[in-house]
Amino acid sequence: MIKDYINIPWKEIRRRKVRSWLTLIGIFIGIATIVSLITLGQGLENAIEGQFSALGKDKLFITPKGGTFGMGSSEVLTEDDLDVIRQTSGVKRAAGMGTTIGRYEFNDIVRYNFVAGIPTPPEERALIGEAQTWHIEKGRSIEQGDKYKVLLGHEYTQTGQFEKALDLGGKININGIEFKVVGFLEKIGSPPDDKSGFIPLDTYAELYNKENELGYIIAQTQVDEDITKVADAVTKNLRKQHNVDKGKEDFVVETPEQLAATFAVILDIVQIVLIGIAGISLLVGGVGIMNTMYTSVLERTKEIGIMKALGARNSHIMALFLVESGIYGLSGGLIGAVIGIGFAKLVELVFIIAVGPAFLSIQIDGTLILGTLLFSFLVGCLSGIAPARRASKLHPVDSLRYE
Amino acid sequence: MKPLIELKDVWKTYYLGENVLNVLKGINVTIEKGEFVVIIGPSGSGKSTLMNQVGVLDIPTKGTIFLDGIDISTLKESELAQLRGKKIGFVFQQFNLIPTLTALENVILPSIFQNTPEVKRVARAKSLLTKVGLGDRMDHKPTELSGGQQQRVAIARALINDPEIILADEPTGNLDSKAGEQVMDMLAQLHTDEKKTIILVTHDTNLVDYSEKTIHIKDGVIESISGGKLAHKNNRR
Repeated sequence: MIKDYINIPWKEIRRRKVRSWLTLIGIFIGIATIVSLITLGQGLENAIEGQFSALGKDKLFITPKGGTFGMGSSEVLTEDDLDVIRQTSGVKRAAGMGTTIGRYEFNDIVRYNFVAGIPTPPEERALIGEAQTWHIEKGRSIEQGDKYKVLLGHEYTQTGQFEKALDLGGKININGIEFKVVGFLEKIGSPPDDKSGFIPLDTYAELYNKENELGYIIAQTQVDEDITKVADAVTKNLRKQHNVDKGKEDFVVETPEQLAATFAVILDIVQIVLIGIAGISLLVGGVGIMNTMYTSVLERTKEIGIMKALGARNSHIMALFLVESGIYGLSGGLIGAVIGIGFAKLVELVFIIAVGPAFLSIQIDGTLILGTLLFSFLVGCLSGIAPARRASKLHPVDSLRYE
Repeated sequence: MKPLIELKDVWKTYYLGENVLNVLKGINVTIEKGEFVVIIGPSGSGKSTLMNQVGVLDIPTKGTIFLDGIDISTLKESELAQLRGKKIGFVFQQFNLIPTLTALENVILPSIFQNTPEVKRVARAKSLLTKVGLGDRMDHKPTELSGGQQQRVAIARALINDPEIILADEPTGNLDSKAGEQVMDMLAQLHTDEKKTIILVTHDTNLVDYSEKTIHIKDGVIESISGGKLAHKNNRR
């Protein structure tokens, strides 16, 4: 019985191939967009979570309020703040660094990229290195006693910045001072990081006139300490140091989880907006199905009359047309899901080529696909209701006479 | 015995703007079970409208129609459709096959609406197509069949639910004389062998030869009812 109610509409869809395909395009563009956005969004979220958990779960990030990683803020942290943090119970060690935009000049070309001042004591430098998840590709890191030495990001081993790659021992001019290149970092994956240069904190303070100004402080907790409690203690002590009331802090203390959550929220908002737009295209697709179905009802008026003469009830006619629009929805969803996943996989491939493997990994979510198919089937059926009702209400005599 | 179909003072009126058009004006007709009835009249006489009433495709503006003793005005639309599918097999001038379906699927179609089990209806459809001489054309689409063949598919389709009444509206109108004769012979055979009630609507006076009862209609009224029980047997050929 069900087979017949699929067979008849299916033959009808195949009779009008061009129109059917045009109708399907309307649906599958929307579905493909939604599927690829959700899949990519999940992949990105996983990637960000992965990055943050690589930072280690025992680290606190302290920044002036209003800026992330010390950028875009009038407030600053000082060496005194660093001392307060170090003396807070539960904190094992802490290190501060500064970040600004520097003027890089090499091979007569000028570029403006990040410059970071990092502490030279090995203990503190190691903490920064861990928290930044970087690894030395060649050469060495900044060491105690270094003055005009620079550790450069991966990008400088390429020709993209200055048409010429830099070498170990080479010289690069940063804000008018000549620095000697002591090492290069492995590729991190984010272009701003890979274009950064790292110089000793003292040199940084001198060069940019940022004496006693720290852009951001990293604190590592003692083993077995509850990071949330330590974060609270640090907040309390800094509040006292800055002489501010609760809720009016001019600094922010965050754990990796909190940072990850912040990014996840931003990502979610972006995703919701994009999916909303894709939803509109799906709505347009639904209207396309409705239009096709109305045309179909009109063209098949006589057939409807014949079927009614042969004993078809209104509900039979209704079912035939609903199944037809449902098939449009479902096939559109199927094609859309395949294209959407294909596109997400393509983006993954691009990331693998550009950034390296294991940054963005796309998971195919069965629930998502099932849900999408169900949803597109529903869109098809809903779009078909009004035309199907019109078909079922046709008068047998009038429609038989229709040519 | 109750008549199979009974029309009592049936009126059909169309309202076209300010014009009132009475197409049927008080028709009284009874059709007995097993009769071969020809409804004949010139175009515009109201015979098609009459056929629609007899075939319960339409309900009269005024008057009553009994089908097998049931007053059809008491039935809901869906009950009417069900009854039509079960009791009446239609054969049209334009054949009216569904173009996307094969001959076999076209024949099966009315039984789908009656919820006949699949095995049963496929077997019956095949035997009916074989009977009308199209056993080797079952998987052909209507466009791949000649007019005569299409009309034979339509006859097989009319028989799928084993109805008591075959209602044929100008069944030979679109056929050449040979194919037309073949179709008429088939209807006659259904009448004699299977005791089906045949109602034939036509303007072709030659077809009166087949009938036992001829209803002449003109301007929406019955002019005369002629012919007797033996008319068709004596006059044929």
